[in-house]
Amino acid sequence: MDRFIQVLVDGWATGSLYGALAVAVVLIYRATGIVNFAQGELAMFSTFIAWGLMQAGLPLGLAVLATLALSFVGGMLIERVIIRPVEGGEVLTLVIVTLGLYILVNSLAGWIWGFGNRAFPSLFGDGSFDVAGAAVPYESIGIVVVLIALVAILFAVFQRTKVGLAMRAVAMNPESSRLHGISVGRTLMIGWGVAALVGALAGVLIAPRLFLDVNFMGAVLIYSFAAATLGGFDSPLGALIGGWIVGIAEGLAGTYVDFIGSDLKILVPLTVILVVLLIRPTGLFGSAEVARA
Amino acid sequence: MSAKRLRPAAWGVVVLLAVLLPFFFNAYRVGQFTQAAALAIAVLGLNLLVGYSGQISLGHGAFFALGAYASAISITDLGVPYLLTLPIAGAVCALAGFLLGLPALRLRGLYLALVTLGVAIATPQIIKRADGLTGGTQGMSLDKITAPAWSGLADDQWLYFVTLAVAALMFVVAGFLVRGRVGRALVAIRDNEIAARTMGVDLARFKIGVFAVSAMYAGVGGALFTISIGFLAPESFPLALSFAFLAAIVVGGLATIGGALFGALFIEFVPVYAADVDEALAGVIYGGVLILFMYLLPGGVMGLVRRISSTKATPRGTDDAQAGAGHRLGGGAADAGAARERVRAQ
Amino acid sequence: MVALLTLALLASGCGRSDEGGGGGGGGGGSDPGITDKEIKLGGSYPFSGPASAYRAIADGAKAQFDFVNSKGGVDGRKISFQTLDDAYEPPKAVANARRLVEQEQVFALFNTLGTPNNLAIWDYLNQQKVPQAFVATGASSWGADVASHPYTTGWQPNYVTEAKIYADYLKKNKENAKVAVLYQNDGFGKDLLGGFEGAIEGSGVQVVAKESYEVTDPTITSQIRKLAGSGADTFLNITTPKFSALAIATIAKSDWKPLHILNNVGASKTLVLKPVGFENAKGIISTTYFKDPDSPEWADDEAMKEYKDNVKKFEPRANPSDSFTAYGWTAAATMVKALDDMKEPTRDALMDSIRSMDTEIPMLLPGINVKMDGESDGYPIEAMQIMEFDGENWKLQGDVIEAAAQDE
Repeated sequence: MDRFIQVLVDGWATGSLYGALAVAVVLIYRATGIVNFAQGELAMFSTFIAWGLMQAGLPLGLAVLATLALSFVGGMLIERVIIRPVEGGEVLTLVIVTLGLYILVNSLAGWIWGFGNRAFPSLFGDGSFDVAGAAVPYESIGIVVVLIALVAILFAVFQRTKVGLAMRAVAMNPESSRLHGISVGRTLMIGWGVAALVGALAGVLIAPRLFLDVNFMGAVLIYSFAAATLGGFDSPLGALIGGWIVGIAEGLAGTYVDFIGSDLKILVPLTVILVVLLIRPTGLFGSAEVARA
Repeated sequence: MSAKRLRPAAWGVVVLLAVLLPFFFNAYRVGQFTQAAALAIAVLGLNLLVGYSGQISLGHGAFFALGAYASAISITDLGVPYLLTLPIAGAVCALAGFLLGLPALRLRGLYLALVTLGVAIATPQIIKRADGLTGGTQGMSLDKITAPAWSGLADDQWLYFVTLAVAALMFVVAGFLVRGRVGRALVAIRDNEIAARTMGVDLARFKIGVFAVSAMYAGVGGALFTISIGFLAPESFPLALSFAFLAAIVVGGLATIGGALFGALFIEFVPVYAADVDEALAGVIYGGVLILFMYLLPGGVMGLVRRISSTKATPRGTDDAQAGAGHRLGGGAADAGAARERVRAQ
Repeated sequence: MVALLTLALLASGCGRSDEGGGGGGGGGGSDPGITDKEIKLGGSYPFSGPASAYRAIADGAKAQFDFVNSKGGVDGRKISFQTLDDAYEPPKAVANARRLVEQEQVFALFNTLGTPNNLAIWDYLNQQKVPQAFVATGASSWGADVASHPYTTGWQPNYVTEAKIYADYLKKNKENAKVAVLYQNDGFGKDLLGGFEGAIEGSGVQVVAKESYEVTDPTITSQIRKLAGSGADTFLNITTPKFSALAIATIAKSDWKPLHILNNVGASKTLVLKPVGFENAKGIISTTYFKDPDSPEWADDEAMKEYKDNVKKFEPRANPSDSFTAYGWTAAATMVKALDDMKEPTRDALMDSIRSMDTEIPMLLPGINVKMDGESDGYPIEAMQIMEFDGENWKLQGDVIEAAAQDE
């Protein structure tokens, strides 16, 4: 029973990491209607910037804040300079641009900071406390609190502010939005900026646990996609809860279902994706889309 | 010269160059072109699926791997002559494509992309798990293919011509497919499913069918590619391969036959050149080139070609196919019918 | 459009070699890649992709060759080392090997990295009679059957040798150890695990649990939990640096305190122990065979100073504290020695020189030699020394231990 609780706690902690990146993925989707394959790499790049700032002497908190700000600006710039030229065209063209971005950012990060492994300090310290025989790290609680706050803020922004409304409108129908006087370009820029900021946040939350290297987000990305799919691709709350479910499912399956074994652990998120999409494509919290002929 | 006469002439030149090629380049280069030809078959398969029928797949590397292993296992364990393993690989993959096409019917755009992504990710794991059959992490080695004495060719040239011949055959078949009833049905499905159904197009049959055919092409390409390399292991089929195929169809031109050729050449040669320019920045260069390509040639290389020849009268059919390609993909759950125009932001 | 295509095709290649149809490789007369002034070597490494951390090896090797060239080269010949990226994918390694042999016309391949990549090219290279010297992997395959692939050799102590040393350590110090194993699910992990299981047969040491992981896994927490729950008192950690760090960190946060044996590849102070925190790594056992650039023990050692100075000079972007850089430097030094001892400027002579080597290399630990003997001994280095981490540094223990991979 001890073990079971520990597995649950571990799964929930790991799931929070998946959820963190998933929120960024969902944000981009919600604001712009595309899935950004480069999201993980951009988050990694931001995390390295934070690391670099700390190497230069900044304390952790300041470095993180500076990074969030820089990432917001960076995200806006990326939309303006790299994404804008292909935005009006075909979806696949845009997808390939994000793919190119993925390759580029990964390689650039390696060129600047090297390819080795390094530590990243946790915003919450290293201790843990005991719950029913299982160790619950402060860090995991901290991450969850931050993420819940984030989701709440995002909800407020999307539902209650003009900017949020504009973002939803643009994602659904840019032409019509423009006719309504919404500046489509500016709204998209803000959408990318926010997504980049959330990605950076995810990065600094995840890096202490997984160690910082050029490829650390790549492994998380598919799990985050599973989380986002489960939660519904346009719901940040769904992404977070989806992350928890995926994390716990992965832990349980890896520990208790023997024929899965550790080498097929990856099947857990993939099966989640498949099952969810076949049974309830909009996920747990997503909104249905209507097809008009 | 009208566009109609221009096209066969252009193909004629391509064929001529392709035939002369191995006599002017060293074995390493010829090997690269052989691999590009094999990749082109797989890329063409993906283009049939994505460009013509609008079903997005991020997992084509899985079929490529399946064909490769089917062929390798047939050669080493069953002693089948390598040429005969090609139809075997094709059949196995067609079946797999059929099986994947069934659930794919219920999925659109983004969701189909995610599922196929999952298949691509699972592939190396499954290869490792099935190590009794696949050799697992140790991989499998294939005997070197030697040219038969009567051909008078060197080994690398022989393999090149074999691959080229198969590729040419498969390109011709695909060409007939897309210009005929099948092609029009696919394009109709891609552009407006609901309308297509009302016109009597059997959606399920076509969509699953194109999945199977697309997978078959990937499998044959995978088999030829692996025969040329002579070795395969789980590391040979990473996720990056599926992404490369996707990049190839867009770079070459969605819903075009010729585009597959350019796309394959792109993904075979550009990474090498990028690394030659600067090893450390290879990825930056390659990613950058990919992005620039999308700016300058959003319709792919074939898009450029068509623009150049568009001053002449153009035949219907495939150009309409290209015009709508990519527009109706991805993005949302059930947007196959909905008009989802993305307008250039001001 | 036609012109465009023609141009593109012609631009992408150079002419065919004059040696009749294809097949390249060594013809009659002098071997390609070696002249009075130059020796051309080639290598394929993962400069991109999941294994890109190992590119530091190439940096170390290049620094060594540049250093040697600055002193006049080998017998007046300067070494040029061309490296190509294979992203750890076998098809790219094959393409690189073919390019190096047929287009770049190198004299020999040196230190290509990765077991599957080397397996992908060894048939080809041996058929072409091109040396595949000192490959950067510890798989036992390279020395197991010299006659089948005479042009291929490994360099580092192979994984079976390493596993035997761990087994012996346990047999001596913890006779009835119950061992839990974490291993990477590929050739490297399986080779070491297999070697270990073979070596403990018939003794009181037992493997009570084993879990594998993939390099694409984001975490290995569930594997560690399972191993902890097995009741084992010893942990054999067969991982690559990133996962070594994850394993140590996860164990440190749990209440499982086993005797921790960490394999050599994952023992880097810079890449593994520093990120997890030195206090969490206290007491970990591992092995090594070359001098640790991070250890104060060798700070005044001549070979170490030479290594660090020259890496800074010739490869300023590389990190001298990275043990992979030191690995590349030392392997390259071995290659230089082999080239130096070559009796004729031919590939066969190079292989003879390699296969009869019996020499010391300055950066190797004292007492460890590079020694090969034709077909009866295909493994260059078969000795390692145990080291224990004392909370600050790796401290060498005991003596150098020889452990042949093959007991015949």
